Amino acid sequence: MTRLLVILALCLLPVITPLAAVAVQPDEVLSDPVMERRARDISTGLRCLVCRNENIDESNADLARDLRLLVRERLQAGDSDTQVVDFIVARYGEYVLLTPTMAGANKILWIAGPLMLIAGLAIAVGYLRKRERAEVESELSAAEKAEVDALLRE
Amino acid sequence: MLVELGHFALILAFIVAVVQMIVPFWGAARANRAWMAVGEPAALLQLLLVGFSFAALIYAFVTSDFSLRLVVLNSHTAKPMLYKVAGVWGNHEGSMLLWVLILAVFGGAAAVFGGNLPASLRARVLAVQAAIGVAFYAFILWTSNPFVRLVSPPMNGEDLNPLLQDPGLAFHPPFLYLGYVGLSMAFSFAVAALLEGRVDAAWGRWVRPWTLAAWIFLTIGIALGSWWAYYELGWGGFWFWDPVENASFMPWLIAGALLHSAIVVEKREALKSWTILLAILAFGFSLIGTFLVRSGVITSVHAFANDPERGVFILVILAIFMGGALTLFAVRAAAMEAKGVFSLVSRESALVVNNILLVVACLVVFIGTIWPLVAEAFWGRKLSVGAPFFNAAFTPFFILIAVVLPIGTLMAWKRARLKPVLKRLRPALLLAFAVAALAFALQTGRSALAPVGLALAVWLVCGSLADLGSKLGQNRDFKRVLRLPRADWGRAVSHGGLGVTIAGIAGMMAWQTEDIRVAQIGERFDVAGYSVTLARVERVEGPNYLSTMATMEVTRNGRAVATLYPEKRSYPVAQMPTTEAAIDNGFWRDLYLVIGDAQAGGGFAVRTYVKPLANWIWLGCLIMALGGGLSLSDRRYRVAAGQRRAAAPGPKGVPAQ
Repeated sequence: MTRLLVILALCLLPVITPLAAVAVQPDEVLSDPVMERRARDISTGLRCLVCRNENIDESNADLARDLRLLVRERLQAGDSDTQVVDFIVARYGEYVLLTPTMAGANKILWIAGPLMLIAGLAIAVGYLRKRERAEVESELSAAEKAEVDALLRE
Repeated sequence: MLVELGHFALILAFIVAVVQMIVPFWGAARANRAWMAVGEPAALLQLLLVGFSFAALIYAFVTSDFSLRLVVLNSHTAKPMLYKVAGVWGNHEGSMLLWVLILAVFGGAAAVFGGNLPASLRARVLAVQAAIGVAFYAFILWTSNPFVRLVSPPMNGEDLNPLLQDPGLAFHPPFLYLGYVGLSMAFSFAVAALLEGRVDAAWGRWVRPWTLAAWIFLTIGIALGSWWAYYELGWGGFWFWDPVENASFMPWLIAGALLHSAIVVEKREALKSWTILLAILAFGFSLIGTFLVRSGVITSVHAFANDPERGVFILVILAIFMGGALTLFAVRAAAMEAKGVFSLVSRESALVVNNILLVVACLVVFIGTIWPLVAEAFWGRKLSVGAPFFNAAFTPFFILIAVVLPIGTLMAWKRARLKPVLKRLRPALLLAFAVAALAFALQTGRSALAPVGLALAVWLVCGSLADLGSKLGQNRDFKRVLRLPRADWGRAVSHGGLGVTIAGIAGMMAWQTEDIRVAQIGERFDVAGYSVTLARVERVEGPNYLSTMATMEVTRNGRAVATLYPEKRSYPVAQMPTTEAAIDNGFWRDLYLVIGDAQAGGGFAVRTYVKPLANWIWLGCLIMALGGGLSLSDRRYRVAAGQRRAAAPGPKGVPAQ
């Protein structure tokens, strides 16, 4: 068990911890600032496959570096942003996309929020209208009312 | 020996909790006062026993008792004292012990301060609280015992994860747990009220302080975690929408909704069943959070434990408590009749809108967090839901909340008119638009984030001022503001704090400047108006690490701004490097320097960030927590407590059956 934990820690930690070398290295940066900007934007939307919930722009894993270089290579080869992303998805699967697509069941994910908001508001308006029409019932019981009357007379 | 006693005390606490769960509950059902009265001494005894058990574990860590497996795995003799103590909860077993300790603290607090509760309600609250305790004691004793000994103790330990050796993170878990577990009180009150079949204004007044306290702790806990990520992870991000972060954020959102709906119960006796449901859900999300973190089902930075047995155990606990409570809710909720009558335009309605937005925002985060699991389970798709999704799907809800908030706080109860409210808010609105225009003019061709965010911030802060101003009365008597109830101050302060946080997030995300380069020793370069010089790089030895420390001088227009020492540390025992960014904190901006690897051609990789308004994010959180504290100290809660003790506990409210 102990050994397992240590192995686990060794496997997991180096990839999820920012190593001394942090993310994008000076030697990776493209000379063309516009293209570099595009590369950065694409990178923040791609997941580092060996990390947990880190994009390749922030990750220090070797694979992330390879992917960053690949993105830049494709851009320099003249690909558009979508072409670059498609190229990487074709290689590594949709798991690399940090923004899930709208394809198939993912539609549920995207429209859940707005739908829930509309449903919630509809229910609430129904409830509030009922509250508005509700009879103004006496908030005091007969005994309490008598007590209040007595107090008021004093 | 002390460790064995601690283990024994933990088992005793489990047994006491079983008694506390059964006897007062039975007493309440049978109207037997003596049995009901068992709850309080049992809760205090339980607290004493768990407290002792926890102290024993701390003792083992402090004295580096390497015959304990947990100490070996998470400590080392060379570690500074603070982290020896923090190491107690820097791991799965110890943090679960902290969990039950805090549960017992809240149970004990309910026993001590609950003198004014009706006997049967108090008995049931303590019984439900004990039931949660029983489940988690069993979890600890059977799957995660921190007191397991080793047959042949090693000479030294394997050290705590260096990332966790940090003051911010030392205190992050206790605060977070105080928040998570504090919501168990709201849950216990909700279930007890369902069992009693009665919810009235007094119930709202009892539930609110506990929820408020839990919310304050959650706010501070989340802020500490985010602050830690900001300075420790090395690129100055403050929120990653990591499953574990979401796990703490979801209860915070629901607790925020609960805080507001409990006001409606307290003041207007409406939204009763909804408030009960929120109380159940708030704790439900705490349990889901515990499940996500502890089971390792969605592995992330924080996953210490990848043990399916534990995950299943917590899932069963979750199923029992949520299933039971929601079933009870389904059976009994109809009995919670609303009394207050109010129109569509009223403070009540505004609070309903607040609730809907907060709850839907929470559900969006929830669906996004579990979607990868769902997609894989049902459609066999391996996909990711990351920060870009949450930014896109969650942000609109918070923008809506911020837009509606100042209007809501100025509306009257029962029946409000929009026109006077909007008139009062006109200065805030104008100022917000002015700031948006200014921000838009200052930046060219950048995202709309900064203008929108800053406008919302101004709108919230000025709206809070207008809220206070509305209490001045006709003759503008400023002394009156000081005499306002603390709850009014709390409301204005915490809503203002939210504005400050929004300003920080917008400013930092939209206007950050980043510079990545190779710098030679002695080289000087310019970033966003600052001149940075890499003066020296040297090797430094720390208590349990080796460090490569750079000395960097920052000037602006020839004037010295700061000398910063970013470090790259290596912890030999844990065999892990960490990055220690050097930050010059300022009110308007943070300078954030990171030193990287030595380069082949000489020099070092250096990153420089200028982050405008960064500190406002956490400052705003502190202000929010402060506002919560003000509200918590309101006279109403203390006076109400005193009065009820004096008065005979006569039946009030509408009996359900």
